[in-house]
Amino acid sequence: MTDTALHPSAFEAHGDHGHGHADHDAHHAPGFFARWFMSTNHKDIGTLYLIFAICAGIIGGGISGLMRAELAHPGIQYLTTWAAYLPGGEQGLDHSLHLWNVLITAHGLIMVFFMVMPAMIGGFGNWFVPIMIGAPDMAFPRMNNISFWLLIPSFALLLASPFFGGAGTGWTLYAPLSTYGEPGPSVDMAILSLHLAGASSILGAINFITTIFNMRAPGMTLHKMPLFVWSVLVTAFLLLLSLPVLAAAITMLLTDRNFGTTFFDPAGGGDPILYQHLFWFFGHPEVYIMILPGFGIVSHVISTFSKKPIFGYLGMAYAMVAIGVVGFVVWAHHMFTTGLSVNTKMYFTAATMVIAVPTGIKIFSWIATMWGGSMTFKTPMLWAIGFIFMFTVGGVTGVVLANGGIDDYMQDSYYVVAHFHYVLSLGAVFSLFAGFYYWFPKMSGRMYNEALGVIHFAIFFVGVNMLFFPMHFLGLQNMQRRVPDYTDGLEYWNHFATIGYMVMAFSMIFFFVNIIWSLVAGRAAGDSPWGDGATTLEWTLSSPPPYHQFETLPVIDGGDGHH
Amino acid sequence: MRILGFKGIVLAAGLALAGLGQAAAAPAAPAAAPAAATAPAKTDPMLAMDGAPAMLPVAGVGMPVDGHVTLQPQVTPNGRRALWFHDAILFPLITIICVFVLILLAWVVVRYRRAAQPVATKTSHNTVLEVLWTGLPVLILLGIALPSIGLLNAQFKPAPDNAVTLKAIGNQWYWSYQYPDNGGFEITANMLKERNEVGKGERARTDADGPRLLATDNRVVLPYGVPIRLITTSNDVIHSWGVPAFWIKLDAVPGRLNETSFTIEKPGVYFGVCSELCGARHGYMPITVEAVSPAVFAQWVKAKGGTMPSAKPAAAVAAAQPLPETGAAFEAGNSTAPADNATAEAPTVTQGATANPAGAGNAGQ
Repeated sequence: MTDTALHPSAFEAHGDHGHGHADHDAHHAPGFFARWFMSTNHKDIGTLYLIFAICAGIIGGGISGLMRAELAHPGIQYLTTWAAYLPGGEQGLDHSLHLWNVLITAHGLIMVFFMVMPAMIGGFGNWFVPIMIGAPDMAFPRMNNISFWLLIPSFALLLASPFFGGAGTGWTLYAPLSTYGEPGPSVDMAILSLHLAGASSILGAINFITTIFNMRAPGMTLHKMPLFVWSVLVTAFLLLLSLPVLAAAITMLLTDRNFGTTFFDPAGGGDPILYQHLFWFFGHPEVYIMILPGFGIVSHVISTFSKKPIFGYLGMAYAMVAIGVVGFVVWAHHMFTTGLSVNTKMYFTAATMVIAVPTGIKIFSWIATMWGGSMTFKTPMLWAIGFIFMFTVGGVTGVVLANGGIDDYMQDSYYVVAHFHYVLSLGAVFSLFAGFYYWFPKMSGRMYNEALGVIHFAIFFVGVNMLFFPMHFLGLQNMQRRVPDYTDGLEYWNHFATIGYMVMAFSMIFFFVNIIWSLVAGRAAGDSPWGDGATTLEWTLSSPPPYHQFETLPVIDGGDGHH
Repeated sequence: MRILGFKGIVLAAGLALAGLGQAAAAPAAPAAAPAAATAPAKTDPMLAMDGAPAMLPVAGVGMPVDGHVTLQPQVTPNGRRALWFHDAILFPLITIICVFVLILLAWVVVRYRRAAQPVATKTSHNTVLEVLWTGLPVLILLGIALPSIGLLNAQFKPAPDNAVTLKAIGNQWYWSYQYPDNGGFEITANMLKERNEVGKGERARTDADGPRLLATDNRVVLPYGVPIRLITTSNDVIHSWGVPAFWIKLDAVPGRLNETSFTIEKPGVYFGVCSELCGARHGYMPITVEAVSPAVFAQWVKAKGGTMPSAKPAAAVAAAQPLPETGAAFEAGNSTAPADNATAEAPTVTQGATANPAGAGNAGQ
């Protein structure tokens, strides 16, 4: 059932491999256009998602570079110059300041909807969920394709919006700033962009749930599923249940903006706070959507490089389920200063803290997995260990912020910015890099350069900590979010953070050089480059896997415990 | 902090006196004081005779300090309570947790590297351990929840009847303030621009006003030692009225009245910022609060054309004795040059503001 032939390049068709059942394999890889533009192959769609996410990440990361450049010193440095390149550049200071809001909005939306989610779920999910459960492909291959291609017009709408005035509402699109506060078509474009991205994710979620529930190989019970599959399953449910609420909320924004409804306008009996409730009912599960697949990836990497099965597998799986469930009932902790009643604040304080328990189970189980192991420190393992510590730091500041009484100080300050960048930029992104280095040999058939990988990790680690740790201090000294300028008493740590950004950006050179060099000249990876520790089904296939894997379904025997 | 605050007063008085000395044409100091007492409506006790603010901000109080890594000093009882909760419970706790995880990681990395442990064990379950690391965090969180709930209760204690009511109204992009208990007069606070950003003759920020981006042309004047009832609302989009030294942040939402209360314990100048994205100049609508004695507050209210509720002893005190820091009261007028974005007549009616049930709940519980 497995294919042991080596395929040195990721981008060559694999129709010519000589495995045992080639003679009855009618599905040879199609030509370039049909393969990449009309794909129904989960691996090719996964690759498209990854390429898309890397491009979006470059744009989103570049925007944060613009932001850090502007914030390096007090005063307005560059915004006026940049604004001059956009339509309406002659409108003076307010136009420049609006550009700032456009930048922060774009950075948030791009990183959330076009970088982390496509990479985690669309990229690694598509690539490895079918393989890990022993399925030949996703349940709905054509729906899989449209899930990806919906992202292209979605992203195009978002990227075009700055040229029509720009949406300067923040990624949260709070009414009334997003209704009568921002005339012009750009906010409508951003809303439609979110609609498309949301539809894409809902279709993807349906596909994953169906695939995982119906297409597992014989013997692959739910309690034998690899943790990455568990994480994508939970994520898919979160997407399916939360995105329709977002769609409803932003549809109401659209009609408020264009058709005279007053859902969120008090002058017509509406309520701006209603929008926030709807948005965060989506928004909070969304943050777990971004991090849960990362949990799955890290579990695999830790287990592989410790040469041990995951410690407390069931606890790990159900901790993710618990995080997903509780994640739906904590949303108003994003709204502690909006005038909630004392009982509401107490409830959301307590409920939010509860999430620390399953998260703690995961952290300790990862450490226990390494305990007694025989650890090697390849690049993916470095990212995974870095993830554990960085996510702990981001998690504990989350416990601080969970206190409704504390939030009367912290809300909308840089402390919050530091917190969610620790869990996302250092949590989700570290796990993405861990997954990327871990599966790069499998996906491409070639090894990456270990030295470049380690250098990338080391410099990136130092850089992002220099970038985001001082933001705690800025928040404690009360620098508010979403401002291009700050009082002079905040310069030191802002300047420090900007240096951190430059260090981080420098490290990315090693990443891109590594990818390009490895794709061109990396040595062949072999089926299972990580040795005995890697026990999931993808390592039983060739690298890269055949165009269609598991034409004969693998049978999972009892108790082998590849979790 | 008490010393610093007191120093602020002394400094302010000193500045006022210095101003007197320089003004050759001004009447002698003893003559000015009775004038202040007899004709309070024509003077603004917040201004020195050269038009500069009488009370100077103190570095490090109510504003960020470059390079600092801690929370701002607190000048309200709830603020001190929350500061203690953060500094004595939360911060040590999260530090211990992070160090604990770091030590565990360092230990496994060193002890279980391949060189030290060539063959991995196969342990993947330990019920005692799993119960322990589920149960212990629960206990720790309970330990946090108790003071957290207590803090919330304290923050939601409604203001007493004798509280001074301040209504802060968010506008794009400035704050206007009303004092409904004091005759309902209104002031508008715009950010003061730098010297090189204003036209000739316009008022620019000086260090006496406060730090760049934090100083406003008109300060919110509030009495210290008296409970303040803060009500926020907005005329356009959502803003957020936050002063970190009071541990207060309350969104100003159109169509809603949000309410909270606090008591400032020390005189001083405290700065805050709008903390909810509200459009282009979100970073340019600061908040400056000047906390003065109830007597001076009463004088200031009179100077603004407002009235003190008769039940308040503070008014009587103010009428009876001129205070040292207002000895320099002078016909500087309460007209400061408006910044360019000031609306001369700020709207006095908030658009259809209905009492917010949740906000009302704030006060009731």
